[in-house]
Amino acid sequence: MTTQAVEKYHNDFLKEVEQNVEMGSWVKMCMQCGVCSGSCPLGPHWDHPPQEIFMMIRAGKREEVLTSESMWMCTSCYNCVVRCPRELPITHIMHGLANYAHRLGIAHKQNPTRRFATIFWNNIAKSGRVNELELSVRLYFMDGIVKGIKTGLAMLPVGLGMLKTKRLDPMGLVSHHGCKGKADIHKMLKKANELEDKRKGYA
Amino acid sequence: MATKEYSFYPGCSSERKASASNYMVSVETMCKTLDVKLNEIPDWNCCGASIGYAQGGELPRHAMNARNIALSEKSFGNQDIVATCAACWLGAKESQERINHSESLMGDINTILGEIGLKYEGKQHIRHMVEVLIEDFGYDELKKPVKKPLEGIKIAGYVGCQTNRPFGVAGESFENPKYLDKLVETMGGEPVEKYDQKVTCCGGALAFSEPEKSYVQIKKIIESAYDFGAEMIVTPCPVCQMNVEVYQDQINKKYNTKFKIPVLYYSQLMAVAYGADAKGAGLDGNIVRATKLEEIAARK
Repeated sequence: MTTQAVEKYHNDFLKEVEQNVEMGSWVKMCMQCGVCSGSCPLGPHWDHPPQEIFMMIRAGKREEVLTSESMWMCTSCYNCVVRCPRELPITHIMHGLANYAHRLGIAHKQNPTRRFATIFWNNIAKSGRVNELELSVRLYFMDGIVKGIKTGLAMLPVGLGMLKTKRLDPMGLVSHHGCKGKADIHKMLKKANELEDKRKGYA
Repeated sequence: MATKEYSFYPGCSSERKASASNYMVSVETMCKTLDVKLNEIPDWNCCGASIGYAQGGELPRHAMNARNIALSEKSFGNQDIVATCAACWLGAKESQERINHSESLMGDINTILGEIGLKYEGKQHIRHMVEVLIEDFGYDELKKPVKKPLEGIKIAGYVGCQTNRPFGVAGESFENPKYLDKLVETMGGEPVEKYDQKVTCCGGALAFSEPEKSYVQIKKIIESAYDFGAEMIVTPCPVCQMNVEVYQDQINKKYNTKFKIPVLYYSQLMAVAYGADAKGAGLDGNIVRATKLEEIAARK
């Protein structure tokens, strides 16, 4: 897929982003003012802040952009979106880039937000609604039993607090109800994925 | 005034024994006083949340929201859709805006929903509960049922991100929205107007995946509340509420701080001011107990 994409777009990464990345057609509108980078709550943790990412896309730095951990720092706070003088939907472009890199299988493998986001979506796609206990357990144990027990113990007071105040279902692992129309959710998402693949050229 | 009815999208965290179950309890109490009837959308599903983008992608995410909207149309098509969760509201509203503005998306969404016998039109307004309070009632109307004003309590209005950006509440600024302060004042409390971290991000879902980075955010939000004399924090968002409340001990351990500040929902303040007991206001769902509110709630 990677080579195919490169060939298809004749090394024109901007064109590839415009066609395949959510809101990618906005990238060329960036005027490099840097307000987005200065407005990001996790700004210091981005290897390349949004403004830089936009320039890198235009410079054809496909590999550097798609393997970067930068987009995975987005907390979806939308501060950049409301401050951008050109009104670029920056949050969505970052989500779009992360999703594209993830789907192509070239996103940063160990990035925790990538892994959590995957666990999260699989969690809701299963029953239609979030199973909070399963979500936390899967997250804590994603690096194996030993690390899981360590994280679990560190977070135990938080979990016990939630249990005590009836904000966590202790039976969540065995009896989560979710939607009645689980079959509908599965059917709907199957079709949605099929059309998404067609639209984005994954199929 | 006649009963106001809305098509209601509670969202996953509002379910029984979920992280915002006490939000739901207080909303029910508040709505009883205000004569609001919330008609739950039958078999609603998750909105995909803000973190759903990575694995979910574009169409599947919009499909999740479109199913809820289509189900609402079928049962309560002539009512506005109201969400209590900031992310549910944003997710649904964003999907609706995108689908309605693109013929090709509209086509694909109806092909997808056709598989399960649903049709999407997307004509209902999608609103957050605070919009209903501010726009359909107004502060003066909300003040009328106050039985026990929250006198002398200094409360920091932590608005956070998703009820404020990118859509926001009409008439408010992104940088300094005042609606929580006004609600606090309406309930007889003392808003901490100088609170300067009211729109700072708590880290959102990254509190799970990047806890250390999120703790820095949460620390700023709490520190500023203390700096300006707040005794409690109030918020309209389940993620903000949880992040700012439940990690205080973890942050205390890491930064040697002594945070212990209650974090409430606006609906809890309103329920207490309207005369509910602690249980009715969902105060038993707070990990950091709001003792001052409990005292008022216990007063006859």
